[in-house]
Amino acid sequence: MTRSILAFVSLWLAAAAPVAAAQDSMPPAPYAYTQLDDPAQEAEAQALMETLRCVRCQSQSIADSDAPMAGDMRSQVRMRIAAGEEPEAIRAWLVDRYGDYISYKPELKPLTWPLFAAPVVLAALAALLLRRRFRKGARTGGDVA
Amino acid sequence: MSAPTPGRRSRWTIWLPLALFIGFVALVAYGLMAPGERDVRSAMVGNPLPQFTLPAGVEGTPGLSRADFTKGEPRLLNIFASWCVPCAVEAPQLDTLAAQGVPIDGVAIRDRSEDIAQFLDRNGNPYRAIGKDDVSAVQLGIGSSGVPETFVIDGEGIIRYQHMGPIMERDIAQIMSEWRKAKEPL
Amino acid sequence: MIAELGLALLWFAAAFALLQLFTGLLSLREAGAGFAESVRPVAVMQGVLVTLSFLALIWLFLRTDLSVLLVASNSHVDKPFVFKLAGTWGNHEGSMLLWVTVMALSGAAIALLERRLPERTMLATLAAQAFVSLGFYAFLLFSSNPFTRLEPAARVGAGLNPLLQDLGLAFHPPTLYLGYVGLSVAFSFAVGALMTRQVGPQFARAMRPWVLGAWIFLTIGITAGSYWAYYELGWGGWWFWDPVENASLMPWLAATALLHSVSVLAARDALRIWTIMLGVVAFSMSMVGTFLVRSGVLTSVHSFAVSPERGSFILALLCLYIGGALVLFGLRASTVNEGKQFAWSSREAALVFNNVALTAILGIVLVGTLYPLLTEAFGVRVSVGPPYFNPVGAIFAFPMVVVMAIGPLLRWREDRFARVGRRMIAPVAIFAIALVAALVLAPGIGILPLLGLALAAMLAVASVLPVLGRNPRRVKLAVWGMVVGHFGLAVALAGMASNAAFTTERLAAAAIGDTVAVGPWDVTLSEIEPIAGPNWTALEGTMTARYRGGAPVVLRPQARNFFSPPTATNESALATRWNGQLYAVLGQEADGGRWQLRLWWKPFVTLIWIGGLMVALGGLLALIGRVIADWKQRAIRVRLAERREYREAQP
Repeated sequence: MTRSILAFVSLWLAAAAPVAAAQDSMPPAPYAYTQLDDPAQEAEAQALMETLRCVRCQSQSIADSDAPMAGDMRSQVRMRIAAGEEPEAIRAWLVDRYGDYISYKPELKPLTWPLFAAPVVLAALAALLLRRRFRKGARTGGDVA
Repeated sequence: MSAPTPGRRSRWTIWLPLALFIGFVALVAYGLMAPGERDVRSAMVGNPLPQFTLPAGVEGTPGLSRADFTKGEPRLLNIFASWCVPCAVEAPQLDTLAAQGVPIDGVAIRDRSEDIAQFLDRNGNPYRAIGKDDVSAVQLGIGSSGVPETFVIDGEGIIRYQHMGPIMERDIAQIMSEWRKAKEPL
Repeated sequence: MIAELGLALLWFAAAFALLQLFTGLLSLREAGAGFAESVRPVAVMQGVLVTLSFLALIWLFLRTDLSVLLVASNSHVDKPFVFKLAGTWGNHEGSMLLWVTVMALSGAAIALLERRLPERTMLATLAAQAFVSLGFYAFLLFSSNPFTRLEPAARVGAGLNPLLQDLGLAFHPPTLYLGYVGLSVAFSFAVGALMTRQVGPQFARAMRPWVLGAWIFLTIGITAGSYWAYYELGWGGWWFWDPVENASLMPWLAATALLHSVSVLAARDALRIWTIMLGVVAFSMSMVGTFLVRSGVLTSVHSFAVSPERGSFILALLCLYIGGALVLFGLRASTVNEGKQFAWSSREAALVFNNVALTAILGIVLVGTLYPLLTEAFGVRVSVGPPYFNPVGAIFAFPMVVVMAIGPLLRWREDRFARVGRRMIAPVAIFAIALVAALVLAPGIGILPLLGLALAAMLAVASVLPVLGRNPRRVKLAVWGMVVGHFGLAVALAGMASNAAFTTERLAAAAIGDTVAVGPWDVTLSEIEPIAGPNWTALEGTMTARYRGGAPVVLRPQARNFFSPPTATNESALATRWNGQLYAVLGQEADGGRWQLRLWWKPFVTLIWIGGLMVALGGLLALIGRVIADWKQRAIRVRLAERREYREAQP
């Protein structure tokens, strides 16, 4: 995972220098790689982090990225959870800043309802197409044109 | 047996897969032709800058807080870091903007004071104030997704414009015009 | 010389494919019946030529002939032998050549071996096969020539993407291609049968081994790919619902549906049109998958070498094949006999339910994967991830698991639910016990892992019922295949649910000598030292792990830096026990001479891949069983025919 982040970061930075050297040498944010002491809070934070998108990576959540910014976001999430904030409030805070893109959890709204309707429609359609394969009553099957 | 006639079966459902397929092709063809933006833009443009107070990044230049952005004059907020190569690339353009009278404040991301001082020695110091943001709190707060990035903040502390990536020669005119526009309140 | 020879062979193979298409089509008409004799030899010849061309490319890679552009840009003189070999298909051009080679070999195999199908359908199938191949030949020859020379020759070569320098990954893509190609054969059968309107059990039996074979490769490919992502990506996840992963899952879902509907067609002559439809859909999903991976329309963590130009080419092929097939389907489907009907309480009905559920899941994956593209067209960017795919998929997957448990106990055509109900008592009891046990052992367990565990337990028991109490040697191999496959799915489901419910994570900054606890393990960091590989350097941590104070196990995770091209990767280290895996990653250096360690204890996580392999094994057993049965039947038919001839010859 690290490699693709680095590849992406290096593209963005257009850095000719060795990739690793282009990274900052600062220690990561306090809660980037440190868990919260309260296991219940940590579980809450972990569940939230798994559904937040790392903005500097390609298709990864902040929970599984080594990008420094993902670390900062993890730290931010853990600190807010520790301060007693609700996970959905933190998600909303981030969505206000980065748009819906930051959240892997699509909310039901005018733009996303087809996402939830599509599987139902598809299943109904498949059932509709196959429904006439069923025979009423207990007669033995025969050919149907 | 309720045997449907063959004629009844040549219905619209037979053509449904083709219709779905055409929809799919139209969608991905659009995706191929208009490749989406890979950058994640801030959703904070048009909103007030959040509260923050950052300690000074280097000795001799003051630190930065939200109060500095509500003094009636539009400013640039530049997100940078000494370890970021494109930040050095955009430094001359920031100097040009500063020379034209644009006030610029810097937020140094995950950086050490001595590294920032060295960076400024090498690349010039266009900043009026530099705040040190060790945990990207301000960066996250304004919806910035990388370094360098530059925001135009108007005199009331409203974020008016976001420039992603280094400011190149060709971007100066755009930044200047956004900065001038920010003199008029929304 | 070899490169030019390879290119020439490729051109010849393409010419033979063209010949195969025209002779095949002409022979369907009465006027062209004379061509019928030549179609099969042409198909065999095409297979031989393109295989030689592919061997030429392998030769160039093994010799590291740096005067060939593809070799110079994807290989390196210092690379180990096996990766030089894998380099042949570890790139776009080579993988396309591999694809067309396997396709032509399949065509040759059909031409040589398949004798059950009506001859006209056979000829139409080979023509369709040639048509599909021609698209790939055009792609290779006009836009992705693997044999292009480089002037002047490179000196060392650029190297293979370090990501791909991994044994698992070297063989992962070709496994998926074999699956895709198998589905292309099924597609050709479907198109051939649509052209001649001869859809029936014979057609299903001819198509089934190809579907089964493709499905086995897809299952192995996905299982291996998931395990690769698990140990390589360094965060302990095994499935991310990433576009590239979804791209490999969609053909599998369609192939699974096809596999079951083709069984209904073969056994009961029902679901004719549905089976044809799925044949088209399954192949189109493999093309869609290829398109999504290669075109870069969606961002993925696994993407490599994406190119919109190639994307356009694949999209054009997709339109040609699938659009064409669907038009043919629209024109012909209404004139194809639908086949037999069946009662609600029958095995067919259970399989129909399974097909509907699989279709819905396929729809979920497809829509979820493409949705961000759709909203982007409206100027809004969204992300669709696990919070959508997991629960929405489960809505259809869980009922399907229930039907999977019941279905094999039902009789064909018509059955009484009461009879089956008695046999379901044990599985349902197990379901209840597992449900309660999970609630007691893990009070905070989520609803999906909870139901997953309970359903897995139920399916595991129910899946062996069809063979329980029967003489194992008298049970058909294909039935064993079904039992092993369904049991494997239960095992995999148990692994997924267990991993989701019981994983413990520990992040810690440890100095040398520190001990960190994670679940039942105590892990001591004993050493960190730099080491060097053939084309990388790394920091290697040595850790000693003890399970409940038991014997020490040594783990050596690495943080690697490759030099050509410069890339950093984390090599995780795993300690596997019967009841789970300890997963260790060495992170960055922290302050005070300490190191960031990431540790996970994942109970029964290995069941995911063991289950996946069992599913594939089930497919293999079924395939062997079917092929042997077909072979015997063929021998019987031949003997009967001989006897009849002999009798007729007697005065």
